[in-house]
Amino acid sequence: MNAKEIIARRVAEELEDQDLVNLGIGLPTMVANYIEGKEIFLQSENGLIGLGPTPSEEDIDDDLTNAGGQAVTLKDGGMYFDSLMSFSIIRGGHVDKTILGSLQVDEQGNLANWIIPGKMVPGMGGAMDLVTGAKKVIIAMTHTNKKGQAKILKECTLPLTAKQEVDLIITEMGVIEVREDGLHLLEYNAPHTIEDIVQATQAHLHTKEAKENTKWTK
Amino acid sequence: MKTIEPIAQLSEYIKDGASIMVGGFMGCGTPEALIDYLVEQKVKDLTIICNDAGYPDKGVGKLIVNHQVSHLIASHIGLNPEAGKQMSEGTMKVTLTPQGTLAEQIRAAGAGLGGILTPTGVGTIVEEGKEVLHLKGKDYLLEEALHADIALIYATASDAYGNLIHEKTTRNFNPIMALAAEKVIALTRSIKEIDPNCVMTPHVLVDHLMKEETK
Repeated sequence: MNAKEIIARRVAEELEDQDLVNLGIGLPTMVANYIEGKEIFLQSENGLIGLGPTPSEEDIDDDLTNAGGQAVTLKDGGMYFDSLMSFSIIRGGHVDKTILGSLQVDEQGNLANWIIPGKMVPGMGGAMDLVTGAKKVIIAMTHTNKKGQAKILKECTLPLTAKQEVDLIITEMGVIEVREDGLHLLEYNAPHTIEDIVQATQAHLHTKEAKENTKWTK
Repeated sequence: MKTIEPIAQLSEYIKDGASIMVGGFMGCGTPEALIDYLVEQKVKDLTIICNDAGYPDKGVGKLIVNHQVSHLIASHIGLNPEAGKQMSEGTMKVTLTPQGTLAEQIRAAGAGLGGILTPTGVGTIVEEGKEVLHLKGKDYLLEEALHADIALIYATASDAYGNLIHEKTTRNFNPIMALAAEKVIALTRSIKEIDPNCVMTPHVLVDHLMKEETK
């Protein structure tokens, strides 16, 4: 199992039956592939709830896309709405969980995922509203960046997406909860050790509650 | 009842320097034929208010590639590299706004409100230069209403009066923008009878109706 698959599978376990969930572009989108045995309603902020699987070539409908502009389908019970309803649902606290990737997260639960000044300026899209409004913010990302540098920091150095909104960080190495007193490692994925994770994390990690998770090595 | 006007009438309504809201989300629900006409006519120095910068060959992206936009107000420009290039070269001003805030700023303009209070963006660079209000223990940004001279919107169907339906995910910003501009121009895919219960944009908000050529 590769790192992204492990992350997506573990995030899927966090979702509860009847949850309304928004999945960000990229890795978070993969989470949909691993939802089993529970009814989850997926929102796409461009204007739908009830996101279904990717259509086959002949079933592509140009009037039906997700927030990334890709062709999608609508499940039974699904519905469409305008951007005001969509963001009222988001900002108004009606989304149970929002799953996003991030460039950086820090000890305070701050996150930075929308801009690298001078390099990459895609814009925030709906991310700022999502992390501000959702009941639970779950960050799904690789533990370090492509250069092997830590992404979980004492303090974010990139411009923030929101302050103190992150609840849970899920990486291929483990699961970290953000609490008032800092970051708590709750699970570590074999073959990684607690020491490996502390090493790959710049922020201070509380590790007392950490339990080994061996299911991804099977 | 409304007369269906030829798309070439746009020349009468849109002049250089106009501010224009354009419906659509990554090109889904964008009045492409109206954009194409503006590209052809080379109307310039436009302020474009749209969810995103589209793609280089789709949506408002075509106007950006053709250097007709001097100011873009959008939530996302990542899928149109030309937008990022013009922004960093300083040839196009770009105001990045959180998507939900953008929708509410447009609604506020169309609903007679001066602005809105939102927690989105508090403690980020979006806050810069804005008033922060502290209400019942929580911080909010004061975001002002956003008007435009023109709104170009798309409908999958219109009736003879200009009551509109925007099917599936083509709806997005279209009904909201119909509230917030001096002049609202709708491009419809088809003309048919519409159940009054199903109208998404009331015809009283639509000033001019144009029809897309049948594919």
